[in-house]
Amino acid sequence: MQPADSKLDKLFLSGDEAVALAALDADVKLGSGYPGTPSTEILESFEKLGGRAQWAPNEKVALEVGIGVAFAGARALVTMKHVGLNVAADPLFTVAYTGVDGALIVVSADDPGMSSSQNEQDNRRYAVAAGVPMLEPSDSQEAYDFMLRAIEISERWHVPVLFRMTTRVCHSKSVVQRGAPVPPPQPAHFAHDIRSRVMIPAYARPAHRRLREKLKQIAEWNESSGLNSITQGSADLGIITSGICFQHVREAVPAAKVLKLGMTYPLPTALMRQFASSVQRCLVIEEGDPYLVESARMEGITVEDKSEMYRFGELNVPRVRRIVERDLSPESKPIPGKPPELCPGCPHRSVFIALRNLDCYVAGDIGCYSLGVLPPFEAMDSLVCMGAAIGVGLGMRHVLPPGEARRVVSVLGDSTFVHSGITGLVEMVYNPPPTGHVLLILDNGTTAMTGLQEHPGTGRTLKHASTGKVIFEDLVRSLGVRNVIVVDPTSDPKAFEELVRSALDKPELSVIIARRNCLLAAKSIREYERCDEQLGH
Amino acid sequence: MNSSVTNIVVAGLGGQGVLKASDILAELVFRSGMDVKKSEIHGMSQRGGSVSSDVRFGPVVLSPMVPEGEADYLVVTQQDQVAVNVNLLAKNGILIQPSDVEQSKLRNKKSLNVALLGVLSIHLNFPEEAWKAAIQQNLPEPLHEANLQAFALGRESGVR
Repeated sequence: MQPADSKLDKLFLSGDEAVALAALDADVKLGSGYPGTPSTEILESFEKLGGRAQWAPNEKVALEVGIGVAFAGARALVTMKHVGLNVAADPLFTVAYTGVDGALIVVSADDPGMSSSQNEQDNRRYAVAAGVPMLEPSDSQEAYDFMLRAIEISERWHVPVLFRMTTRVCHSKSVVQRGAPVPPPQPAHFAHDIRSRVMIPAYARPAHRRLREKLKQIAEWNESSGLNSITQGSADLGIITSGICFQHVREAVPAAKVLKLGMTYPLPTALMRQFASSVQRCLVIEEGDPYLVESARMEGITVEDKSEMYRFGELNVPRVRRIVERDLSPESKPIPGKPPELCPGCPHRSVFIALRNLDCYVAGDIGCYSLGVLPPFEAMDSLVCMGAAIGVGLGMRHVLPPGEARRVVSVLGDSTFVHSGITGLVEMVYNPPPTGHVLLILDNGTTAMTGLQEHPGTGRTLKHASTGKVIFEDLVRSLGVRNVIVVDPTSDPKAFEELVRSALDKPELSVIIARRNCLLAAKSIREYERCDEQLGH
Repeated sequence: MNSSVTNIVVAGLGGQGVLKASDILAELVFRSGMDVKKSEIHGMSQRGGSVSSDVRFGPVVLSPMVPEGEADYLVVTQQDQVAVNVNLLAKNGILIQPSDVEQSKLRNKKSLNVALLGVLSIHLNFPEEAWKAAIQQNLPEPLHEANLQAFALGRESGVR
């Protein structure tokens, strides 16, 4: 984080850093999350600023920890990328019913254009589906300001708030003016409130009604909340927009009148209606799904939408100009750059060479090792979501003829295994295919893809301090897998290949833990271990 | 287009200090008191793939991304990445590329990014001392000397 400019008391921050700073200024007691581009830097920055931040094994656990913090009356920040909210959706939908005591802010960092994701789902839909208020900042200043407003809303109505960011808000840097600290109204405390927090059907039914009543009140409040603003302009063209698109719109069509929505659920429908009727042509410009368009039309507000071709990928200034001009001609394709690849000397390389040589059917997963799909390896046949390697591999084994089934392996990394591979492993033990199965855990001692974060298998916390460590081989054996092999895949690649071949030949369950530290992390890991030794851990 | 905004794209491959160069540039501008935005895609950048970073500054900057064909300066750290990014450059835009610097004279080859900033510095209206300060603020102390040398080398090349 850049130091403050003393003259101006201004900072130059990314959206992620601005969220972290606001959390610090609001005395958020705990930040919990799972690394995921573009959200990762929020908790890392929060920790560097002096906040208490933790990596959870996955987003569901992170949110549950956050719920506990908020039930105990303290302020909680939970961060994840968009697909992480799928994992955390279960607690989200019900904490909307229970409500919270301290503020609970859930950051969803969406990735339109999929710069580093497996899909470009639009998580604004989650706010509607779960019934939680949603704020969308458009730059770092708003990331800071809106985080404070989100806390205010969460505490005023005792609801969790969804804080929806996108890649360009998370990772762009812009100037931020810091505000005054906003301390919590009271220290952490717990009071029994069984009917509010224990969601058995008898208590959940009235809780749902309470939630809808709160949302009605919030919708009314949002009509004049100050979170939505109008930029005056020509009455010929009015544009309704939110988030980063606001910046593109202001640049692309400076003459237009613009309604910028900061709080996009529940929507200020009267304000939108009034705006739409004040202009000749009312156009909605939004990235991804036609969420604002559909919401406006449901209220009987006449708006023009973007063509379906602009639903895909990020928007930018030229694309906004095209939408305004109703230009449907094909867009020029960017010249393809050099794709990323596994680093020279990466331990994953020998694994994918072996799998290619053995002509395996590889149920793959999410991490650096996803690059095993690209040349020269091309040794991956599926990638769906975190942890899917195991279930998908098992399903294939169940139905393929034995000769084919024996070619199937599941491959996932250490952090992914902890995130959602453990339940897959339980399935493997519980419903083993007749041909057995082979699971490869590529343990490189870090969450490499997102920038070398710790996880429960490294035995170090977010700030790299020693803590409890999940020993994969012990865990796997304790579940009843007999063939558990720990091996460095780089020490003898031929022998490694033979090891995988012999495991494939057995009608048994085998787990091969290919352990070798990530090249990029190795030096730091040695340093952390040296510090631990000095401290006598 | 808002011509009062200066658009700069720094591009190259992961590991070449593309993001570091744009950090230095953005820090320099920020300290001058102008509005500035910087944007890039993280994530896959460490794996040797193409990387680019946009820096925009002026009285007021809106979108953080430099629109295609509107870059006033395109700074490229790898010769074969020029073709990938050249469509970003405005008609009268200036291309700054590795061949602009006599790389054999670099004390540390990894400082090419900063040397190219040296070339860029000739075109922008910021004091040399401010550039040096921004370089020092963004790099660890042991790297200062090699990078200041690289910056000076680039600046000489830019003048020529």
